[in-house]
Amino acid sequence: MTYLAYAVVAWVFAVGVYGAIVSRNLIHLALCLTVTQSSTYILLLTLGYRHGGRAPIFKGVKLGTAAVDPVVQSLTLTDVVVSVTVIALILALALDVHRQSGSVDPDEISTLNG
Amino acid sequence: MSSRQRLRGVIAAPVLTVLGGILLWGFSGAPAFGDFHGAYGDLLNRIAVPQRHTTNVVTAIVFDYRGFDTMGEEFILFASVVGVVLLLRDIRKPAGSKDDAVQSDAIRLFGVLMVGVVVVVGLWLAAFGLVTPGGGFQGGVAIAGGIVLVFLAAGYRPWRAFGREALLDPFEGGGAASYVALGLAALIAGTPFLHNLLGNGTTGTLLSGGSMTLLNWAVAIEVAAANLVLYTEFLESYLVPHLSER
Repeated sequence: MTYLAYAVVAWVFAVGVYGAIVSRNLIHLALCLTVTQSSTYILLLTLGYRHGGRAPIFKGVKLGTAAVDPVVQSLTLTDVVVSVTVIALILALALDVHRQSGSVDPDEISTLNG
Repeated sequence: MSSRQRLRGVIAAPVLTVLGGILLWGFSGAPAFGDFHGAYGDLLNRIAVPQRHTTNVVTAIVFDYRGFDTMGEEFILFASVVGVVLLLRDIRKPAGSKDDAVQSDAIRLFGVLMVGVVVVVGLWLAAFGLVTPGGGFQGGVAIAGGIVLVFLAAGYRPWRAFGREALLDPFEGGGAASYVALGLAALIAGTPFLHNLLGNGTTGTLLSGGSMTLLNWAVAIEVAAANLVLYTEFLESYLVPHLSER
């Protein structure tokens, strides 16, 4: 059980990269990148987890109660924001590519421009 | 699946298996699941409430202990929205499209009712961000999600009342700018950048956190407006040419 969470991280990462490699559509590619990045959320939250720890929110909870690491949680928040900005830019670029070349298939785009 | 794609898959699979193996090998040096003892996190869990009077330690980190990083994070979002606006600007054709109205009455009714509910949930997430789970980023996304329901439930024309850049840009820029302004105000007062000027307030209430509350709302406004600008840009670059073709 101990390494299950880490195995999930490696699996999600590999699946995302595999999708990006076989992708034939820029929008699909952007989604694969998001899947790959999602593995980092799982990794961060896994690292910060503590057995028996609650969420690091102390409303109505005695101070000193065991809680999970709050630092990795705020890093995950940053990670999510970056992910959103990246996917927004990639999708905008995909629209731009589609307008220029009439296709969202990376292979066709390179032959058209080559 | 084309033969080229299948070939790529065949080449990628062993490489990714090795990569996954190396990742797992690396993780074997990480602390066992549930056994992490980060000194910084443990310390903050103990001192954040007495020191900052905010019961949500994650938000305290975002807006106070690492407040400077959050300013950078906010400007990453701002820069990317500017990038999207610039990239999609040329695609847009002059407005004058037919309305792509939603036909089902049930969807219209349910969707329009949900607009208020989702926006209130967003405001609640943002308002109580320093007390209970939530915060400006999460609340801002929910507020934008509630407003985009106007498009999903009622169609493009009612959505245009909200999805206009002239309306959204001041909020987006203003949210980002007021974060910096709050930081500079602390400098002018002779304290470090982003120092809490308003005192800590009462623990566990809406009036806790002092300046953090203002930073939280600055981020909520910025995130909500940034998301709405993104929705506006993508919807227009897709819908306006699409609708005018028909």
